[in-house]
Amino acid sequence: MSEPLLTVDHLGKRFGGIVATDDLSLSVAPGELHAVIGPNGAGKTTLIAQLSGQLTPDTGRIHFAGSDITTLPMYRRSALGLARSFQITSLFLDLSVLDNVALAVQAHAGHSFRFWRDARSEPELRDPARAALTRAGLRDRAELPASLLSHGEHRQLELAMALAGSPRMLLLDEPMAGLGPEESARMVEMLRALKGELTILLVEHDMEAVFALADRITVLVYGSAIASGNPAEIRANAAVREAYLGEAEATHV
Amino acid sequence: MTAQLTPRNIAIFVLLAALVLLPLYTGLSGNRFMLTLFTRIVILALAAVSLNLMLGYGGMMSFGHAAYLGIGGYAVGILAHEGIASGFVQWPAALAASALFALVIGALSLRTRGVYFIMITFAFAQMAYYICAGIARYGGDDGLTIYKRSEFVAPVNLSNKVQFYYICLALLLAAIYLVWRLVNSRFGMVIQGARSNDVRMRAIGFPTYRYKLVCFVVAGTLCGLSGALLANHNDFVSPSIMYWTRSGDLIIMVVLGGMGTLFGPVFGAVALLVFEELLPTLIKLLGTPMFGEQAARASEYWQIVMGPLLLLVVLFARGGIDGLLRKLSKERA
Repeated sequence: MSEPLLTVDHLGKRFGGIVATDDLSLSVAPGELHAVIGPNGAGKTTLIAQLSGQLTPDTGRIHFAGSDITTLPMYRRSALGLARSFQITSLFLDLSVLDNVALAVQAHAGHSFRFWRDARSEPELRDPARAALTRAGLRDRAELPASLLSHGEHRQLELAMALAGSPRMLLLDEPMAGLGPEESARMVEMLRALKGELTILLVEHDMEAVFALADRITVLVYGSAIASGNPAEIRANAAVREAYLGEAEATHV
Repeated sequence: MTAQLTPRNIAIFVLLAALVLLPLYTGLSGNRFMLTLFTRIVILALAAVSLNLMLGYGGMMSFGHAAYLGIGGYAVGILAHEGIASGFVQWPAALAASALFALVIGALSLRTRGVYFIMITFAFAQMAYYICAGIARYGGDDGLTIYKRSEFVAPVNLSNKVQFYYICLALLLAAIYLVWRLVNSRFGMVIQGARSNDVRMRAIGFPTYRYKLVCFVVAGTLCGLSGALLANHNDFVSPSIMYWTRSGDLIIMVVLGGMGTLFGPVFGAVALLVFEELLPTLIKLLGTPMFGEQAARASEYWQIVMGPLLLLVVLFARGGIDGLLRKLSKERA
């Protein structure tokens, strides 16, 4: 196996008495789609927040593409090619759909201390933005205010924005959250198309989607990894069945 | 952008035409008070335009914007007092002093958010107020009379009221043009993105702090220019130029006119200040037949009418005057 793109080493994060991340280690190889699953409160979103730089871990290191990014601020990680989508849709609702993606392109086009030229007529920003919108299936929504899109379309827009910076790795925080079955299926197809081209770390509740997409799965319980392996191994793992899948089936059925 | 004949564009055109032609009217009618009033309106509109850049486009709710009026005004007043009357020294000094003040205040206050940001900008402005009130050499509380307006080379003469009015108007229009270029540039997109969703901006790779700081400094500098004009207009500068209610007035102008719109602050400044002038007379005129003497006394409390009117705008005309005009434009189309 080649050198991993992302390595998480003995990561720890506590909030008062609550251990959100407990001595967690995992690695993601280039091109891999690595899913992180776990019951509610297992620390999945906290993990994503630490990977993207929104939270700083108390202990442990994070390496991305050979450099230590443990204490880098969000925007520097993003500049290195680590893009994040949000679990709770986080968009620029009062700007147009195209403006949303163009901002994501602009973030990777050097500094923005350019005060005179009309940014909305710059092909360097608009063309890649339109391309990303097309890939995310939103081409004909470009001129609408982002606030007018449906929930499913917001998810697609999130994806388009993550793609717009031509990242090396995507951190996707529950991209299927709140989607209907049809929208969910469309999102799975889109992620399948991106797989291989991009390295993806996917945090997701939708088991069907996870097992359909993931190359490797890490199972989190109370902040620590109880198992890691390919989908077949995870399905067969007794500890996982007991701690998570069994419980999930019991509550879902 | 093609100009369409919407009510909004017509209103902007009428407003600008009225502002340009105003000296013609006051010259013919001999109504000098009107020229003085509108010079003041144009100058404060410039301050409102500068506040709108950071508040309307950048989402930074500064409650201390009048401080820059004071700094620009005092730069002119102090230099004049010390015998330096040249506008080529006074005005750059006013701009530089406001820029520097904005840089320091911005650098500190932009580390906070929400109510804290409002309170810290407010606190710094009050500090500037008390400092100026405390300097005995420059008049302290009583202020500083400016015996000679800023001197430029002939034929520019600020003591000529019409000429001074046109200089103020030209600077206002230049400021609006500047804001228009700024907010549509890459820089402006970052500013508006940060207003909309700052966390997301940082997540996609923008160090928003420094962009907001630049915006803060540009807005402060522009307002400093307005302060230099105001001091010349009044031939006088005192701490009251930067009292906190003045900061409030500027916010009202921006909100009343329409936040984050190019001409909104101008509409707001004209509406607020003309209203301020007319309301007492109006109350007296309408009230006297009904309440007699009482109405004359009541007219002193014109703010009692002004307050609820503002409340109505905020509650029912979101987007202010510009928002109303836009709605009209849409209904027609």
